[in-house]
Amino acid sequence: MGVDENIKKIDGLGLMLGRPAYTADLMPDQALHVKILRSPHAHAKILSIDTSKAKAMADIKLVLTYEDLKDHTFSRAGQGFPEPSPYDKKILSSKVRYIGDAVCILAGTEEKALEAAMKSIDVKYEILEPITDFEKALDHDIIIHDEGNTSSMFPIGHDPTRNLAAQYEMEIGSVAESLKSCDVIHKGIYYTQGQAHCMLETHSAGAYYDVNNRLNIITSTQTPFHVRRIVAKAIDLPISKIRVVKPRIGGGYGGKQAIHGEIYVALVTKLTGQASTLIYSRKEVFEATYRRHPMRIEMTLGANKEGYIKAIDMNILSNTGAYGEHALTVLMVAGSKSLPLYNKVEAVGFRGDVVYTNTTPAGAFRGYGAIQGNFALESSIDELAKKLDMDPIEIRRKNMIKENETSKIFEVMGEGTEGVKMMIESCKLEACLDWVLNAMDYKNKYPKRMVSKDKVRGVGLALAMQGSGIPYIDMGAAILKLNDDGFFNLMVGATDLGTGSDTILAQMAAEVLNVAIDDLSVYASDTDLTPFDTGAYASSTTYVSGHSVRIAAENMKKNIIEKAKKVLKCDHVDFDGKHIITPDQTYDFKKFSTELLYSNHQEQLVAYGSYVGVKSPPPYMVGGCEVEVDLRTDDIKVLNYYAAVDCGTTINPNLAKIQVEGALVQGIGMTLYEEAKDMKSGKLYNNSFLSYKVPTRMDIGPIHVHFVKSYEPSGPFGAKSVGEIGIDTPPAAIANAVYNATGKRIRTLPIDLSKYVK
Amino acid sequence: MEITLNINQEKHHIRVDVDEMLVDTLRKLGYKSVKKACDSTACGACNVWVNDKVVASCAYLTVRGHNQNITTLEGLQDQAEALAQWIVAEGAEQCGFCSPGQVMTLLALFNENPNPSMDEIKHFMAGNLCRCSGYEGQHRGIKKYLEVKKHGG
Repeated sequence: MGVDENIKKIDGLGLMLGRPAYTADLMPDQALHVKILRSPHAHAKILSIDTSKAKAMADIKLVLTYEDLKDHTFSRAGQGFPEPSPYDKKILSSKVRYIGDAVCILAGTEEKALEAAMKSIDVKYEILEPITDFEKALDHDIIIHDEGNTSSMFPIGHDPTRNLAAQYEMEIGSVAESLKSCDVIHKGIYYTQGQAHCMLETHSAGAYYDVNNRLNIITSTQTPFHVRRIVAKAIDLPISKIRVVKPRIGGGYGGKQAIHGEIYVALVTKLTGQASTLIYSRKEVFEATYRRHPMRIEMTLGANKEGYIKAIDMNILSNTGAYGEHALTVLMVAGSKSLPLYNKVEAVGFRGDVVYTNTTPAGAFRGYGAIQGNFALESSIDELAKKLDMDPIEIRRKNMIKENETSKIFEVMGEGTEGVKMMIESCKLEACLDWVLNAMDYKNKYPKRMVSKDKVRGVGLALAMQGSGIPYIDMGAAILKLNDDGFFNLMVGATDLGTGSDTILAQMAAEVLNVAIDDLSVYASDTDLTPFDTGAYASSTTYVSGHSVRIAAENMKKNIIEKAKKVLKCDHVDFDGKHIITPDQTYDFKKFSTELLYSNHQEQLVAYGSYVGVKSPPPYMVGGCEVEVDLRTDDIKVLNYYAAVDCGTTINPNLAKIQVEGALVQGIGMTLYEEAKDMKSGKLYNNSFLSYKVPTRMDIGPIHVHFVKSYEPSGPFGAKSVGEIGIDTPPAAIANAVYNATGKRIRTLPIDLSKYVK
Repeated sequence: MEITLNINQEKHHIRVDVDEMLVDTLRKLGYKSVKKACDSTACGACNVWVNDKVVASCAYLTVRGHNQNITTLEGLQDQAEALAQWIVAEGAEQCGFCSPGQVMTLLALFNENPNPSMDEIKHFMAGNLCRCSGYEGQHRGIKKYLEVKKHGG
């Protein structure tokens, strides 16, 4: 009735037909436009701001500078509470730390007038030298956060005097000791770049006061409840006075986990009493939202000559840009969502520094940390195999994690805090590997074959793991209400980013209640009308929010049966979705539900479910590809990509497949095409789709996705997560394939063979 | 200046700025299927038809549309639905923000070439970016739509 079925996304047709559904479609035309004057300097002190000309303009309603606002720091990261990211951002500050940092907030009735007003504002800056090379930031003479007003809610290794946003280290066993007994050691340094999210809908937010004088915010967010909490604090309103609604949103991938435009519109509406709206330009999204954390990752791996890995060490330098959103957690995930793949080691070490630079801040992006860690680890495994003169498949089979095993890392490393002990109850890496090897004809294609004088093809692969929510932090809740005519409202806090989570959550309720998907009307992501949910991130929705829906539906079924016992005066009652069944009669459920509201034992039936994860079962996958390298031009083409995924039960196989295909293309983009490039001045070189290369449909070869049979006992209906895992494998799999084809080992993303030096 | 736009066969007499882009005019008039996404003619989300040819409305001055026939997705709902349901059946609309522009592009292609090859489709649609789906699911849906149309299923 519901689970493991290809139900069409409930909003799909409406979206494809262009119905008004997104924030910009829904805001009233008479709302004030809000614009942000942004810093042209990467690092500067504001000496003075003259806004008098702007304020005198007829169509300008409000101009705000740092002098008008409360002087307190907070984090825009959009995470749980207590927050693991440093409090280092003010709404407006007397110091600007990157090109794009906010200087003034303007609101007016006409966009053109606002542009003229922005030009009329005279800002005098004392220009400071910027730090744009993140490898030089730590303990630099120049201090980016030198005002002494940053803090953290709990120890995260935050030390702004060293340009350090966060720091973490751990060691299980002794890496140094274990390496002594190894026959072969591989050391390598890997670099990953800033990647821009490029969701098609730019960050959009609107605000207005309703008739009850509550501030309503409509926004393209992944985290409506965090928006409510963080905006309340930032603009000094009680949480109880704010309602946040997420309509349909045009893609997020982590980029809309944080708070951006919401604070500005909330502030403008609070101060003017008028509705306001702010739609980011594409340039603003590139320059003044977030990107993936660029990293330098130093790997050390040791193995004995039989190919058993004894020690792994990962040492990371991460660039968080001007502000420390997700600084600690992305760092930790780089280790915690990669290293447990090889759980049979004697010793494993992980440490990292996350440094400030005068560049666009880094933040959450699908597969955060995991994709960077995976590139370094899965490239290293191939390099270690080469040194051992061993097939890269054999070394993986010998060392990779299996079902009913664990890793000490699960217990030691969480996201920002300690982790939880976890036995792996579902892990089908063997089956994934077998499928990929067979599908890609690895045996005959490894390592390479010349297809012409100038073209060579090579194969490569990578394993990956992810998580399913953050244990004891991520929480979801659901409410089911029975209406007349036998249909239900399902209200969930969970946030559908276009992934189809409203649909798959309805499928879970439909499965339990044995009703059709059309018998459920879903309402989601409204902080007044739906129950709490931490939001759509950390691969949590299917697993965590899914459980809450399952529980709500089970409770609703119980409520229906208990009520029917009283109404029908019978102790033996069953409910099959269409009928109330007793030994004596079959009672129509539509009739039953209508009578319940109008005529017979009247009562509104409501049930709820609330769930917080106690573990985070990893989905696993193997990604393999064949690449073709043109030896004259160094051009690399991915001919075919093969992906076998163990995500437990696929609640909706079609939507799960699209999650993997879409993530793979983002991963291939990161591997071959995409890089948010900073110039020495701190200026972003590519701030539009003309200069930043998003893969088009011409760039992508066939992608073959297969789900192996798997069932996660702790998951709702056997499901684990599937939203992020797909992005992790392309960097290492393609780098390994390029090496096998050419003998050139590329350790820097995006892969560019023309930059290869031996 | 004052101009007349013929949008989905309905005449609008309106006053516009000389530097106003068609995407903004259309959205102001309530045609919300037309999306603003890249500001640089690089993504296809704002695609509409002017005299049955696809144009990126973010780079088309509204004044050029004076007395021209402009078509948005609002004016093609039945044709669009016949195609869209196949993409929805694959789950490949995802966030849906790029979808209206894609549908406009595809329907224009089918008007010119009722039975294009997959290569022709990819070439024609190369300017329509999608960041969610990875494209494959869309292509599966389009293929099925064309097969059913061809065989009258």
